[in-house]
Amino acid sequence: MGFFYYLAAFIIIRRLNKRLKGSSLYPKWHSLLNVAGIAAILLFFAIHYIFNDGVVDLAGAALLAGMAYYADKEEDLKDWRILFEPTYPLIGVGVITGLIELLVNSFYEKYDTYFQIAVTAAFVWIFARWAATKKQEEQLKVSIERRAELEVLVKERTIELQKQKTELEETLKELKTTQSQLIQSEKMASLGELTAGIAHEIQNPLNFVNNFSDVSAELIDEMELELNKGDTTEALAIAADIKQNLEKIRHHGQRADGIVKGMLQHSRASSNVKEPTNINKLADEYLRLAYHGLRAKDKSFNADLQTSFDEGLPLVEMVPQDIGRVLLNLFNNAFYAIQKKQLIAGPDFKPSVSILTAKKGKSIEILVKDNGLGIPDNIKDKILQPFFTTKPTGEGTGLGLSLSYDIVVKAHNGKIDVNSVEGEYTEFKITLPL
Amino acid sequence: MKILVVDDEADVQPLFLQRFRREIREHEFNFDFALSGEEALAYLHERHTEIVLILSDINMPGMSGLELLSRIRHEYDTPPPMVMMITAYGDEENHRQAMDRGANDFLTKPLDFNLLKEKLKTFNR
Repeated sequence: MGFFYYLAAFIIIRRLNKRLKGSSLYPKWHSLLNVAGIAAILLFFAIHYIFNDGVVDLAGAALLAGMAYYADKEEDLKDWRILFEPTYPLIGVGVITGLIELLVNSFYEKYDTYFQIAVTAAFVWIFARWAATKKQEEQLKVSIERRAELEVLVKERTIELQKQKTELEETLKELKTTQSQLIQSEKMASLGELTAGIAHEIQNPLNFVNNFSDVSAELIDEMELELNKGDTTEALAIAADIKQNLEKIRHHGQRADGIVKGMLQHSRASSNVKEPTNINKLADEYLRLAYHGLRAKDKSFNADLQTSFDEGLPLVEMVPQDIGRVLLNLFNNAFYAIQKKQLIAGPDFKPSVSILTAKKGKSIEILVKDNGLGIPDNIKDKILQPFFTTKPTGEGTGLGLSLSYDIVVKAHNGKIDVNSVEGEYTEFKITLPL
Repeated sequence: MKILVVDDEADVQPLFLQRFRREIREHEFNFDFALSGEEALAYLHERHTEIVLILSDINMPGMSGLELLSRIRHEYDTPPPMVMMITAYGDEENHRQAMDRGANDFLTKPLDFNLLKEKLKTFNR
């Protein structure tokens, strides 16, 4: 009966070989399994020739157990454990039969028929189980194929995702470049709006420089006349006037100089260097620029400008051209709002824009208020979003307030608050920490 | 002849006084100044009979020169003061508006004082 174990081992190996056919594992295992099958048969004859039946049974059981153990441990054969599992009864029967044959041979001799029946039954069990698991096996095969397909799919998807990731990174880079270009062009656009205002602002002091130098030349002629006449009192009075005029020339020259410097600072890419800044001066300068910029475009426009500067304000650390841009933007918006309201409100409407600065505890506040159209409630939470604008296409970039927010909140740790009643007024409050 | 100069730039005052130094000394002209349209109206309210000519800037914060002109033409018709407008933006629109509202003349900045002097002397005669 000992042959059954080896035959079972041989059949399992053949079957495994057949099943592996067509799979990627086949080339690796094919010849190994062929040799193993023949080895199992040869092993039987060798043991049978040398040892008695008890040893043959034990060795056969050990062979099967070893194969089952190997299949369980070997990664390649994990899916095929199902072929080895039905041999467990035969292994059990083999161990018991072998031990009894060796240890209590008389008992075995007496009941050898039962043992043979048990061995045969355990042997047949293997094939019965196989038949029963054939269906399972097919499912297994399907699931193995499916897994392979899935693996291919996953690989494809991974490649796709990688590609998308690279594309997205590229796009992000482009967007960042575009953003910085947009910020620069927004700056240049506001500078463009300012040009007329700047021209006016420079023209005024230049006129004074020209007029005062002209009149001083005239005064010198007169002074010579007076001196020739011997009227030194009058000549001295004229000299005092001339001296005063020279001071005025200097004053207006410096005024023009300051405007040009401010303009250059505004157009320059931000240096991000914070320096102690006089907010009142900065606000006044940009208020005038914004006002005259608008006046240059709409000559019939006029507004009441109210300034209420807290003269005791300390210098505040800030990037002046950046905060200047914020103020300019708020002024431009304020003028736009009152200009639009003027078109619909009739002659009694007195457009006004006011700016107020104040020190509040450990921060300073800048309030810019206009009595223009106001902001409707439904867009209040949108006004700080990039590209949001109520202006017609081409008139506003929609970046003004969004950039202002970045400058005040992100770069200066400040706050921007909006307070508005539609049709009545809009008030922006900038709070900067000291 | 009494002239009221309306301009928000305070430095036009010494400029006028010096440019017209001789005329002032000879009492040919007499200047007064206002820094805004509102101030000018307040001044006129008190002594409009003295003023013969008003020389006003157009571009001023608050009440503009054009508005001041309209108010003057509306409120003071006996005797009507002469009004000359001055602006930095020497453009057609402001010129047309100034004339529509009844300005007697229109000058552009930078002021040509010799021209202004000529005009004032013509008015004076």
